Amino acid sequence: MPDTLAGLLQVAALVLLLALVYRPFGDHMARVFSTEKHWRIEKVLYRLARVDPDTGQRWTTYAAGVLGFSVVSVLLLYLLQRVQPLLPLGFGRGVDGDTVPPAMAFNTAVSFVTNTNWQSYVPETVLGHTVQMAGLTVQNVLSAAVGMAVAVALVRGFVRSGTDRLGNVWVDLTRGVVRILLPISLVFALVLVATGVVMSLRSGVEVTGVDGSTTTLPLAPAASQEAIKELGTNGGGVFNANSAHPFENPNALSNLLEVFLLLVVPVCLTRTFGTMVRDTRQGGVLLAVVGALWAGLLAVAWLAETHPTGPATLAAGAAMEGKEVRFGIPGSILFGVSTTGTSAGAVNSLHDSYTGAAGGVTLLNMLLGEVAPGGVGTGLYGLLVLAVIAVFLAGLMVGRTPEYLGKKLGRVQVSAASVSILVMPALVLLGAGLAIALPSTPEALNNDGAHGFSEVLYAYASAANNNGSAFAGITVTSDFFQVTLGVAMLFGRLVPILAVLALAGSLAAQKRVEPGAGTLPTDGPLFGVLVGGTVLLVAALTFLPALALGPLAEALA
Amino acid sequence: MLTTLRRQAATGLRVLLLLTLLCGIAYPLLTWAVAHVPWLAGKAEGSIVTAADGTPAGSSLIGVDPVPAAPDADPYFHTRPSASAQGLLGPADTSTSGGSNKAGDSTDLLDTIQRRRALIAEREGVDPALVPPDAVTASASGLDPHISPAYAELQVARVARVTGLPEAQVRSLVVHASSGRMLGFLGDPTVNVTELNLTVAAQAS
Repeated sequence: MPDTLAGLLQVAALVLLLALVYRPFGDHMARVFSTEKHWRIEKVLYRLARVDPDTGQRWTTYAAGVLGFSVVSVLLLYLLQRVQPLLPLGFGRGVDGDTVPPAMAFNTAVSFVTNTNWQSYVPETVLGHTVQMAGLTVQNVLSAAVGMAVAVALVRGFVRSGTDRLGNVWVDLTRGVVRILLPISLVFALVLVATGVVMSLRSGVEVTGVDGSTTTLPLAPAASQEAIKELGTNGGGVFNANSAHPFENPNALSNLLEVFLLLVVPVCLTRTFGTMVRDTRQGGVLLAVVGALWAGLLAVAWLAETHPTGPATLAAGAAMEGKEVRFGIPGSILFGVSTTGTSAGAVNSLHDSYTGAAGGVTLLNMLLGEVAPGGVGTGLYGLLVLAVIAVFLAGLMVGRTPEYLGKKLGRVQVSAASVSILVMPALVLLGAGLAIALPSTPEALNNDGAHGFSEVLYAYASAANNNGSAFAGITVTSDFFQVTLGVAMLFGRLVPILAVLALAGSLAAQKRVEPGAGTLPTDGPLFGVLVGGTVLLVAALTFLPALALGPLAEALA
Repeated sequence: MLTTLRRQAATGLRVLLLLTLLCGIAYPLLTWAVAHVPWLAGKAEGSIVTAADGTPAGSSLIGVDPVPAAPDADPYFHTRPSASAQGLLGPADTSTSGGSNKAGDSTDLLDTIQRRRALIAEREGVDPALVPPDAVTASASGLDPHISPAYAELQVARVARVTGLPEAQVRSLVVHASSGRMLGFLGDPTVNVTELNLTVAAQAS
């Protein structure tokens, strides 16, 4: 079978899998966040945590919950890493014979709590199994559940009318974990083991090769983390090579399943949204925007990788540097575009070694604000914020007060939406600008020229968007990078969440208005074009100069 | 506002500790337990393959380049280059994983690829133009167990010569270690070097 046809069939299989689960899974999630019935295990958890699950919260309380939860999560994860030598299954791992140093522990704690999973450490040598399971796996689940809770709170803002209550953050969080993320992870963890992903509590296994040399192959409890790493759009590998490591992603089938897991929740949440606002066409429009962006970026990256330009790539004969034979180019690109369009940042091939244009696509995909389809929850609220901006822009053009889903978009709403979308560009441009101005930065880079600049820009884009993938040649273990990237992750996560919850609160407080003659219909292709245009416009206005210095310069060279 | 934050953080801590028990201990340990039923346990513990005498000889998922005893006594198939290897070619450092992260316009990478091409062409006694892309590029993991069918074919003559096996027999071992695209369309065709070298070792002894 020709390569292109096989690749297209692979994409078709992925789309088919997503299409099959779209309605049932999207509607399941809508029920999870709408029903008033509690499961028995949830009641036990609420009782032990002293939570009254039937009390609704104001947006401020909801936000305080998210904020407080994030703070204690960072503290616990920091602590776990620092006391690693005292924990079981640590195998004496750490940095320079000691435990995880403070700056690295801070960076990693923030990284996993914010769903970024940026990794400045080498997992095989730095972290033992207890920190991986009780620390990192936990935040893989919880950071995704927090994202979902915030998205659902925003949808409730549109659904509810004349109330100051958005729901209960602890209930939304618990249900996301117990009814959605954990059961699916458990099933897929076992499916992944069946494909060859390891699930071992041993430190490693010693083998003697055919040449008589003895080596140790590190093992890890990988499957349980692998499943939620993709499902929760987290992306932090148990091994340094992430999903390129054969123990995390052993063959082309596990690869397809992992890409499916990356996309399934964010894609189906558009259905959840449509079902909750009782107009599934509203969700369909958002899905169409997501699909068009994803397919367009995939096409560009695919063309670039199969028609390489760099002299080194041309000398090799194909863009196989940093790729695994079992995935080939289509399987690598499919993963790369899906992981940067969600907030996952898992990689099965090295984006740093992609051709100029394909590497640029992975960077641009994050700079679009990660909405194609975005992370678990973060993708949906990101899209809804952009939809609010699109409605507002359209309203400006025709001089009417804009409204979306029966809610008027006034000063408060548009301000909150603007704050939410402007934080990320500010962090990326300030961070990358500051880093480039430092005389020590060139030493941290693995490539020079335009591509070296791209490594820095990519790092801050990845941190501020909570993606976590990297142009990984860059060395980010200096305190400057650990701290500034940590801050970018923290602000890139929490400021939009606070703005989105404020938006949700202001929307819920409004009474619904019936659509009038001047109301822009938001359930058709015209609105889809408007939203897609807004996504591209915002990113182009903000990032074109920076992109011209990096990937564009490289691709056109 | 501060009181709310403090109260919510306290609730958050209790929720966090409870969910840590659920997601960080119960979930992975349950996965571990089920993954150790007889027909999954081998995979959960790294798909270890054994030599003829039963000792663990590697993982069928991990490729580590075999080191020849002498340059003219090089009886095995070679893996793809690894960025963690000491030299341009040679075995990976298996304690870690990863790639070169070099860009397509890197002069370093260009130089590395050209030198690898020359080394491999000399080793196999072929025209440098025949060396396929996967042979001169470092994989993403540095532990890629697979090579392309083209790179396997390139090595057949040398392996046959050094081991004394007939070429046809070596070629049939390659076929035995080959896989097409999964389900007919997923991924690329592969030859598993770890499994292939074990059968070469068994046949040559």
